[in-house]
Amino acid sequence: MSLRISTAPHMHNPLTTQRLMQYVFIALLPTAAVGVYAFGFPALAVLLISMATAVLCEFLWQKIAKQPVRINDFSALVTGLILGLNLPSTAPWWMAMIGSAFAILIVKQLFGGLGDNFLNPALAARAVLLASWPVHMTASAYVNPTYFQAGVDAVATATPLASKSASIVQLLLGQVPGTIGEVCKAAILAGFLFLVITGTISWRIPVIMTGSVFLFTLLIGGVTPEAALIATLSGGVLFGAVFMATDYVTSPITPWGQVIYACGAGLIIVLIRQFGSYPEGVTYGILLMNIATPLIDRFLPRKIYGYKKEAKKA
Amino acid sequence: MLTKTFKRGIHPLHNMHEGKGPTRDLPVREYVSDSVVISMAMNIGAPAKPCVKKGDHVDIGQVIGEAQGFMSVPVHASVSGEVVSVDSIPSLGAGNVQAVTIKNDFADTWVELHPLGSVERVDPKAVIPAIQAAGITGMGGASFPTHVKLTFREGATCDTIVVNGAECETHLTADYRLMLEHSTRIVDGLRAVMRALNVKKGIIGIEDNKKEAIEAMAKAASGREGVSVQALKTKYPQGGEKQLIEAITGRQVPSGGLPIDAHVVVLNVGTCAAIADAIIDGKPLISRICTVTGCVRNPANLLLRIGTITEDIIGTCGGYSETPGKVVFGGMMTGICIPNDQMPIMKSTNGIVVLNERQSHSKDESPCIHCGRCVQACPIGLNPYQIKVAADKSDFAAAEKLHVMDCILCGSCAYQCPSRRWLTPSFKFCKDHITAEAKARAAAKKQPPSGAAARNASAPKDSDSMGKQSAGHAGSSEGGANK
Repeated sequence: MSLRISTAPHMHNPLTTQRLMQYVFIALLPTAAVGVYAFGFPALAVLLISMATAVLCEFLWQKIAKQPVRINDFSALVTGLILGLNLPSTAPWWMAMIGSAFAILIVKQLFGGLGDNFLNPALAARAVLLASWPVHMTASAYVNPTYFQAGVDAVATATPLASKSASIVQLLLGQVPGTIGEVCKAAILAGFLFLVITGTISWRIPVIMTGSVFLFTLLIGGVTPEAALIATLSGGVLFGAVFMATDYVTSPITPWGQVIYACGAGLIIVLIRQFGSYPEGVTYGILLMNIATPLIDRFLPRKIYGYKKEAKKA
Repeated sequence: MLTKTFKRGIHPLHNMHEGKGPTRDLPVREYVSDSVVISMAMNIGAPAKPCVKKGDHVDIGQVIGEAQGFMSVPVHASVSGEVVSVDSIPSLGAGNVQAVTIKNDFADTWVELHPLGSVERVDPKAVIPAIQAAGITGMGGASFPTHVKLTFREGATCDTIVVNGAECETHLTADYRLMLEHSTRIVDGLRAVMRALNVKKGIIGIEDNKKEAIEAMAKAASGREGVSVQALKTKYPQGGEKQLIEAITGRQVPSGGLPIDAHVVVLNVGTCAAIADAIIDGKPLISRICTVTGCVRNPANLLLRIGTITEDIIGTCGGYSETPGKVVFGGMMTGICIPNDQMPIMKSTNGIVVLNERQSHSKDESPCIHCGRCVQACPIGLNPYQIKVAADKSDFAAAEKLHVMDCILCGSCAYQCPSRRWLTPSFKFCKDHITAEAKARAAAKKQPPSGAAARNASAPKDSDSMGKQSAGHAGSSEGGANK
């Protein structure tokens, strides 16, 4: 009789990469659903185009590079969906395609594929689109959600960041202009809860990053707590903190590393918002901390069993 | 009682029906087979030398293999009967090892025994020699000779004996049943060692999912000088030597050191019971309790003679319930796969877990996504994902810098990894490689390169590979498909 042989361990946690990515996908669904409900068919088209392009690019690259095709791990689909949610519903179809292709081909695959990219693919693609077609990517492209009720200035298309006119309730429900995914904070929070309950992500990065944006707005901006809260709930902070800053590949692994990373991102966002020429700083706040992640992981001292004073020994 | 534990670690099978359930309430039943194959292998040190020949009649407890040096212990006949053959069998480490096959005549005649009497009155100086003569090696899995563990180098001091009743492996209940059914023997063995080493404190550590065992051991320990029971949090690897010491004493074993460097000696509950048998009854170690579970019809806790063939053991458990894919000696987290069911059990075989085809199938590695689950799991505080990068490049120097030598190969990181990366196997490969290199360097330094030196250098290397898992499998990602 022949038996299989392998080294221990002989069992595994059933949680796989594919399952984790599926969880992220599921967590994004409420946000996507509200986005489509709010902005109508154009939003749906943007999301579908960016998802399809992302998966197709991943498939083609892996075929051409003669790598095992891993599109069923859901990671490309998630990247496509996140990018789509980062676009305004008025984004032209070619922009969604270029963004997705850039995210998958340039940011992800050229740097070695899943796990080796040093920037969050969707976010880097958003930065490229922002720099290339600012008119399509900023406030001038934002429209009001279709259920934006009368009684509020219906022509105001600036983000709440610029106009600072939205109430907290409007922000939570998504009755504000913005990109498809960032408007409804309640849906994002639902996704956050799902991710934490399923153990997909730790609460640390989203909570600390959002908290630090609030705190730094209060301290640096010198505004009232209510205004700071509105600023925190405005724009892409929450969406970025929950779905983009938590990307495993580009965020630190150790708990303290995550604290530094989240605080750093929060600080940069507030600095850009307060002193920069952009009204929004989430993209660059997270991207800059992505770049700092390897440094944080490498230089943060770890306590290893059996070493009294690790620092002195090394 | 306050529950103690260590940092990080994992909770395997937390929500699954598998695990200890099928066997935990089954009392130990003795099974004696028609014949036994007793291996001469030692964990470290040279294998014992057979001192019987084909056709000899042996009694239970008779020495059939002579110890070779201090790191070795004698091997005893576990049944009475006729020696059928003395030849080599594949060992679980690399290569072959001599083994004595005995046909059981079921007369159960023992050699003349020399009991030393009560553990509280025995001459402390007689204890350690008796342990060596009884052929006792660690019964928790590593099979380290117990008398070596109890013989300290100059200047070392010990103030606590820790008894390992954690049994943190997911499917095993052998230690649990031993603690329930032979609690006094365990305390006796502990007391014998405490007296031999003049140690005042003996602590028995048990995970808190074994409440009955905690009660039984506390009862057995009451009124015994210096002996206490400590409840531990149920978490893997709570029964790892270093984790146990940290949990119970709050001390850490220095990197590269031994428990004695933290002034502690750790003994498994089974080892303690074997020591009691050796002192009180004068009996050598010829049998042990073994949990047989997984895909067998009737899972059981069996009292087995050393050398019982796996096939016979499966037979007495009603046979395989499904086509077996893997048969594991030991637990699911650290056990060793056996190549076929003709392998005999050894002194360290605390369980036999049969996996079906589906459970044996190992998935392909997918890329590391840096999720950090390995880092959160590692009880030592290592960064397994970084070590794996170094290991994949065969960059042993980098792996060493990342403290791969501190890895205890508990498997927690590999269990957690969502990308199913072969973390633990490649760390084992790194450790073996680095150890072998260091040994080669030391040997080269000691003696000028000559023919004699080369022979000498190769001798310890050969004996060292005994009892180790094949490095060929450890290093290869394809190991799982090896049929």
